[in-house]
Amino acid sequence: TLEACCSRAWTSCFNSTSIMAVEFEGGVVIGADSRTTTGAYIANRVTDKLTPIHERIFCCRSGSAADTQAIADAVTYQLGFHSIELDEAPLVQTAASLFREMCYRYREELMAGIIVAGWDPRRGGQVYTVPVGGMMTRQPVSVGGSGSSYIYGYVDSNYRAGMSKEECLKFTAEALTLAMERDGSSGGVVRLAVVSEQGVERQVILGNQLPKFSTV
Amino acid sequence: LYINRNLAGELGSFFWGKNIKCVCFYRNALLEADINKLGFSSPAARKTGTTICGVVYKDGVVLGADTRATEGMVVADKNCSKIHYISPNIYCCGAGTAADTEMTTQIISSNLELHSLSTGRLPRVTTANRMLKQMLFRYQGYIGAALVLGGVDCNGPHLYSIYPHGSTDKLPYVTMGSGSLAAMAVFEDRYRPNMEEEEAKRLVRDAIAAGIFNDLGSGSNIDLCVITKGKVDYLRPHDMANKKGELIVYFPHRTGSYRYKHGTTGVLTKAVTPLNLEVVEESVQTMDTS
Repeated sequence: TLEACCSRAWTSCFNSTSIMAVEFEGGVVIGADSRTTTGAYIANRVTDKLTPIHERIFCCRSGSAADTQAIADAVTYQLGFHSIELDEAPLVQTAASLFREMCYRYREELMAGIIVAGWDPRRGGQVYTVPVGGMMTRQPVSVGGSGSSYIYGYVDSNYRAGMSKEECLKFTAEALTLAMERDGSSGGVVRLAVVSEQGVERQVILGNQLPKFSTV
Repeated sequence: LYINRNLAGELGSFFWGKNIKCVCFYRNALLEADINKLGFSSPAARKTGTTICGVVYKDGVVLGADTRATEGMVVADKNCSKIHYISPNIYCCGAGTAADTEMTTQIISSNLELHSLSTGRLPRVTTANRMLKQMLFRYQGYIGAALVLGGVDCNGPHLYSIYPHGSTDKLPYVTMGSGSLAAMAVFEDRYRPNMEEEEAKRLVRDAIAAGIFNDLGSGSNIDLCVITKGKVDYLRPHDMANKKGELIVYFPHRTGSYRYKHGTTGVLTKAVTPLNLEVVEESVQTMDTS
């Protein structure tokens, strides 16, 4: 009776998601689709899944919308406090560790797959992935969400170390487009952001401007 | 009854996690099990099968709601008010379990008033959003309140949709409730940024009407709430789309007047008996107004 009474009708989830992050010399490129679903209904078709945690640290959220929003808010607070105590910009690894602490400690209760990416003066652009379960590992390129299954092959074959910022942007946009094309539960627009020493540049690629792959 | 205080205690100050189970929920589950053993079923919670929506326009926000409250398949209240007061510049529409939306909005309204007195400023919509989402997340979806929160503050007009599990979306137009798909269809067709007030009111009215006429869980009248900087128009009802007895096509009147004229009932005999009352004791107790 405990489970039956909690109605599942209102869970706003973005397991139906495609998120991605790529390191390059001088920063990171992050990207996400924009769909949030409650069951088969799209609750928000223009979601922003790229959440700022600090001035030059972002996280890409996949999984339960409520869980990831709550975790991101908590980590934003903790990191802000830590940064003021230190009187310097926090490390991306610190942010990733905070996410990992929370996601691992409450792993039974949470459904959250998060990619933490940003730039800090000590180690430059970094991407850390914290998937469901609470492991944390640094990767040069990371994909997540339900749509990621469809693009592992594309990412593995097309990624080269030492790509420039523009090449990374093109790579991310194309990978996410392919994921959104094949994954019924990803879609909307592609949101991209470049995080580097200069700051954050955000862009949106609307549906009709996405790269085209096949005419079928 | 046993209270899960040890689970609640282990949490740090930052995380309002899933470990705090809603205490009343355990008790209710046990009571329900007992009742079921006796062969009865617990009463259905009154839900507002609802259409609520909101839209941001040029000068502010317009919130709209229908007025039907259902208990299972029966209409419990034909004219309930779903647009709740949060603060002078912020109002909140509620869908889901009626009691949950009512109490949640009242709790946040009270806390927000205290907060506003402490800061000395008019409350911001984002503050109300934070308070609501953190409370709903803490209860892990067991508080069935799906809300459309709208208002105007020093940073302009804002509109949020808040789900029972605690996720929120900040958007220019939102719909919630069982009639949300019907209302969203109207919005997706006719919404434009920076509308005028009359156009925005008409759009919200039509969206709620779509919910009322196409969703079984929504019905009766349309309430509107127009919030601008410094002014709130609470239009209840804005549109009585479902007046009783006014069928659109067949009969002009179905209800008649049931008042009977004086003299309808003939008087056969009349007897008047005065009651003699004696004043035994008279005492006056003054209220202490010092």
